[in-house]
Amino acid sequence: MSELSLHRGISVQRIGAMILRYWYLLMSSWPRLLELLYWPALQIITWGFLQLYIAQNANFFARAGGTLIGAVILWDILFRGQLGFSISFLEEMWARNLGNLMMSPLKPIEFLLSLMVMSLIRLAIGVIPMTLLAIAFFHFNVYSLGLPLIAFFCNLIFTSWSVGIFVSGLVLRNGLGAESIVWTLMFAIMPLACIYYPVSVLPAWLQTIAWSLPPTYVFEGMRALLIEQTFRADLMLDALAINAALLMASFGAFLALLRSARKHGSLLAGGE
Amino acid sequence: MHSTAQWRKNAFSMTENSKASSRPTVADGTLSAAIEVDRLVKLYKQTCAVDGISFTLPRGSITGLLGGNGAGKTTTIAMIMGLVLPTSGRVRVLGHRMPEQSAEVLGRMNFESPYVDMPMRLTVRQNLTIFGKLYAVENLADRIARLADELDLNDFIDRANGKLSAGQKTRVALAKALINQPELLLLDEPTASLDPDTADWVRAHLERYRNENNATILLASHNMLEVERLCDRVIIMKRGRVEDDDTPDAIMARYNRTTLEEVFLDVARGRTNGAKEEAR
Repeated sequence: MSELSLHRGISVQRIGAMILRYWYLLMSSWPRLLELLYWPALQIITWGFLQLYIAQNANFFARAGGTLIGAVILWDILFRGQLGFSISFLEEMWARNLGNLMMSPLKPIEFLLSLMVMSLIRLAIGVIPMTLLAIAFFHFNVYSLGLPLIAFFCNLIFTSWSVGIFVSGLVLRNGLGAESIVWTLMFAIMPLACIYYPVSVLPAWLQTIAWSLPPTYVFEGMRALLIEQTFRADLMLDALAINAALLMASFGAFLALLRSARKHGSLLAGGE
Repeated sequence: MHSTAQWRKNAFSMTENSKASSRPTVADGTLSAAIEVDRLVKLYKQTCAVDGISFTLPRGSITGLLGGNGAGKTTTIAMIMGLVLPTSGRVRVLGHRMPEQSAEVLGRMNFESPYVDMPMRLTVRQNLTIFGKLYAVENLADRIARLADELDLNDFIDRANGKLSAGQKTRVALAKALINQPELLLLDEPTASLDPDTADWVRAHLERYRNENNATILLASHNMLEVERLCDRVIIMKRGRVEDDDTPDAIMARYNRTTLEEVFLDVARGRTNGAKEEAR
């Protein structure tokens, strides 16, 4: 896998081959499929009932119906999107297959594109049933958000890919000893992205940091839509601009970490 | 079909050329080399894994890379493949600089190594299909069917890779390494952990593949009989350096030994008796 040949054409066949590889894996393992469904379902049921309870006892939440469930669903898009990306990458490390891929004509950009497609597939398997549960149990239909939902989704998935690319580069460089970062890094973003509360709750200096994260714009936008029935296109465009910069930076970091892995012989070691 | 003796002769006519004049290269059209390694060095912090080695392998040759553990064989192969960046020196594969021009050659080469596995949950057929697509193999179903016949995979081709025996896995790894009919095949311990029958069978297949396709094979091995049988040429490494480089017969004659295993022990224990100087 040559990081020095990005100018050459991208092969749809090679991307398709990698997607097929992960599809075969998913279909051969029912625990992997079950896990995709299990956590999102558990999340929505727990938080959904909490929202019901609070709504019965607080006027604000009664008016702002769905903000909590909506936040849970959007957070899951962000978190599961990154996990879907990173776990497909980790599958190569666990299988000790990375060397085979690195020695094949597969290019880094093609590898990353296949991981992006897989994150969408894994996300769909986990989150679509979750949204159906929200409709069935809590009468919250996330699809009724309409076109703004597409803007929310795109911005969240772009952020999840940026984090996924960066974390995969770290694992590539440092081996499976860095695996825990895959599971935990997104939680570092969680308090600053203001998922369940408005940015104004944060101290002023933390607000500056919060506004540097695209998910913050999405969750503020969601609250504006659900509480004030206003779609904040300006927030979505700002988030998109930051996401574009993040994606480029994460791809650059991935290539630098890949080069460092080659320099230090990490691709041969592969383990811890 | 060529005999091993003919291949050895071809291999060494090139070596003599390279000693006689300025380095021949594919670029200037004087020689069609499969691999050119020039003053290659790899340092890991304070450890020198490879210490300024040079060699050129002609196309269609089988070369054995010998040496004890830590001699630098795997690092050398990894640098040829582009998996590890050299600290200094130059590698050209099929006429292209590695790793800068690796996109030009990765589809024309392949490898097998104990350091990598194929996905365990996927069946043999699924694995070969995926790698065939990655290498843009035409008529992939036919190619897989042919490899399955040649490497005797049909009994377990729809079984998960993780449920195969060591011998079966090695044959599958070899099928993956041959899926794109590579011009250059790099093998790291291709018969390690195999029973003698399967190992012999793999060696016969490699020899046949080279003869039928004029492929170049570089293999690192600890199995001296394997190297004696397969290789036109042997490069012995010790502590990151080339200790000797010649035909198996010439090396055995130089050390006044009848087997490469005895030569290996002499080199490993420093009993060169002037052979090292003669080799230079």
